[in-house]
Amino acid sequence: MRRLAPNADGTLLPIAALLNGIGFVTIARLDEDLARIQAVWTAVGVGAFIATLLIVRRTRTIERYRYTLLLVGVGFLLLPLVPGIGRTINGARLWASLGPLNFQPGEAAKVLLVAFFAGYLVDKRELLTAGSVRLGRMHLPALRHLGPLMLAWGASIVVMVLEKDLGSSLLFFGVFASMLYMATGRSAYLLGALVLFAVGAAIAAQSFGHVQVRIDTWLDPWSDAQDSGYQVIQSWFAFGTGGLAGTGLGLGNPDKIPAAATDFVFSAIGEELGLIGSVGVLLCFLLLVGSGYRIAVQSPRPFPKLFAAGLTTILGLQTFVIVGGVTRLIPLTGITLPWVSYGGSSLVANFAILALLLRVSDETVSDPVRPARR
Amino acid sequence: MNSGIRRVGAGMIVLFVALVGQLTYLQVWRAESLAEDPSNIRIFIRDIARPRGPILTADGEIVARSLDTGDELKQQRTYPLDSLFAHVAGYQSIVYGNTGVEAAYNDELVGRDIAISLRSIDQVIRGYDPEGTVVLTLSLAAQEAARDALRGQAGSIVVLDVRSGAVVAMYSEPTYDPNALASHDVEEVQAVRKILEAHPGNPELARAWRERYPAGSTFKVITTAVALDNNVTTPDTEYPVLSEIVPPQTTRPIQNFGGKACGGTLAESFRDSCNTTFAQIGLDLGERFAEGVERFGINTSPPDADVNPTVVESIGPVRGAFDLDKPSFAQAAIGQGPVAVTPLEMALVAASVANDGMMMVPHVAAEIRDADGVVTERIEPEEWRRAMSVAAAGQLTTLMRDVVDNGTGRSAAIPGIPVAGKTGTAQAPVGANHAWFIGFAPADDPVYAIAVLVEHGGELGDDATGGRVAAPMARDVLSRLLQG
Repeated sequence: MRRLAPNADGTLLPIAALLNGIGFVTIARLDEDLARIQAVWTAVGVGAFIATLLIVRRTRTIERYRYTLLLVGVGFLLLPLVPGIGRTINGARLWASLGPLNFQPGEAAKVLLVAFFAGYLVDKRELLTAGSVRLGRMHLPALRHLGPLMLAWGASIVVMVLEKDLGSSLLFFGVFASMLYMATGRSAYLLGALVLFAVGAAIAAQSFGHVQVRIDTWLDPWSDAQDSGYQVIQSWFAFGTGGLAGTGLGLGNPDKIPAAATDFVFSAIGEELGLIGSVGVLLCFLLLVGSGYRIAVQSPRPFPKLFAAGLTTILGLQTFVIVGGVTRLIPLTGITLPWVSYGGSSLVANFAILALLLRVSDETVSDPVRPARR
Repeated sequence: MNSGIRRVGAGMIVLFVALVGQLTYLQVWRAESLAEDPSNIRIFIRDIARPRGPILTADGEIVARSLDTGDELKQQRTYPLDSLFAHVAGYQSIVYGNTGVEAAYNDELVGRDIAISLRSIDQVIRGYDPEGTVVLTLSLAAQEAARDALRGQAGSIVVLDVRSGAVVAMYSEPTYDPNALASHDVEEVQAVRKILEAHPGNPELARAWRERYPAGSTFKVITTAVALDNNVTTPDTEYPVLSEIVPPQTTRPIQNFGGKACGGTLAESFRDSCNTTFAQIGLDLGERFAEGVERFGINTSPPDADVNPTVVESIGPVRGAFDLDKPSFAQAAIGQGPVAVTPLEMALVAASVANDGMMMVPHVAAEIRDADGVVTERIEPEEWRRAMSVAAAGQLTTLMRDVVDNGTGRSAAIPGIPVAGKTGTAQAPVGANHAWFIGFAPADDPVYAIAVLVEHGGELGDDATGGRVAAPMARDVLSRLLQG
């Protein structure tokens, strides 16, 4: 890293490594076989980290290829739906199978789509901010500018819904809405996105049985404690049993929570390391997210700025969605906790995100620009 | 763009603060209720998987201990003495939870007891074992004596140390093998439970403290004590010789046993167990009788004994009922009518006479030891209630000695050791009479108090009396305890 991005921010990698370590220990305590695979994936992730730094020497390259990235990203998104390649695991069709390799292309797609969004938004920022069509007191940008954006956004969400991956659709939605807001500074977009989200959620709840079940479970898990509410109740028990200081590693029973190594890894940490451990992990994420936004703010160019902010928002929102889900603050949607959860695709994607953030950070110092305007 | 990013960053902080808030709610505010939720099996699994100390008898025999299994639960409880201590020691079941001492002293057995863990803080590093050993007050010898005396007949024998309230023997028949219920095979445990529940004798019922019986004439000890302390009678008070008495408000007479004429002084009436005399005393006492039985712990909350499940309440004549229902007081005076008592309660009654009128809280555990054998906690004798005056206790001792020396309890006599006692032949709502004996020995320097109950007279059935069936059992047990 010293060689590849000598001027990059020094806090990100150690924090990610710490989170990865905490996650690995927790997984190893739950299931040694999974831990062995996770160790391999960590190596692959570090490889991806180095490769990303090697390949992406300048963020401008990404900006230039944004439409290519959109194509690849959407392709990745659709991959699980392709017959023969797509595979359904645990009720969600988000796996692709190529030869002996199973992976979740959605993890890569989210990075690619954020790159496209950042590029597109920077390109069309002025247009989107000014607005040329009047609708009452609102200035709306022309449809042809907003169109591709809405298309990419809508398509990704529809695909996610088709793949029954609620967590990712929630994440995509939140990331893109906040990127739109960050790019334009217009809260109308945020407001519009919220309305859109409420409508979408209501429709989803009405028309998709599994969405309705998720919401019912969130409101009252005890009405079906043995079935749909089981996971969340077990998760609550884990947190409660852990208490302030936790039971100690290896001394709890986090194996009583289904999917403890993946979606519910945070509950396992909460049980065995207590409030001290769970808040500690959250603080690590907060530091990470804070550093990410600092990198974004310090970056002098618009594209890397928005790109870094978008990537950081992914990390932050993903953490919020899954931790909020397992603590029943919000309805549960199964996504991974970055670096901590078991899961190869997620690990690789998150290391790539880390590399990209570091690249942006490195550029700020090594490639300064005198702001031409402002 | 920067201000937008900063705002989103601030929004992110708000989201994280909400997460920390929710975590604090779960892990601090709700921690206890979640951890102890009945459907949270974590604590339970931990208790089973944790090292668990043994349960020993007062004479050092192993009642319960854990064996390594190598499965998820790590160890399984075994009970080498099989059914002998089943009701008292209980069992640890992964299906039905813990009962008996296994439940009442669970924290001590797994070492969650403060006295043990405080001592062990400095020893944590050395790999110190926190589990505690529970030493019972019951001895193998006494428990075997009780079992041998009952000879498989349904009933119960309770032996108490009169000074401390320590339970020396507490055995109920029928009983069951706790090993089968401690199995880790859920289906096997459920099958065994089904068989036990289908058994007409209900083997899991701890008759000694969970079942109530009419007390019959053994209740006359209470009637006499209350009457003596209320100056309603003295040992020399004369009562008419009658074969039956008809209480007010009824035409149904109360007869003496076998319809015989009986009476004379209180002492003679007590010796021969004259129902007519005591029915009269019950009527003479009136409301005072209902107040008096409460001093024996009847109609009040039962003693806070360290048994599990807890002691059921014994029942007697109720306050405020005398004016409307005088016959019930006459019946209660001879241990019939409303009277329903546990064998443990009657053992406590006998022990209180022997202990100068003071009733002790019964307890089955003597002490807790840590893994090094050091005593960390001693269960101290605790006074429960003053049942009668010292004077009344002395007078009753004389009366009860006469019962064994010259009256209905002669078959309880032990050569060379004076025994005090009272027999009872209690009419059961259905079936043959229950045979009772309560007493203590040596009468001049009491050590052990005993209550014997044989349901429906046991093998003798309709021919059984307290004197014929229960008194010899008391003699067998007491003589084995006092003479070895």
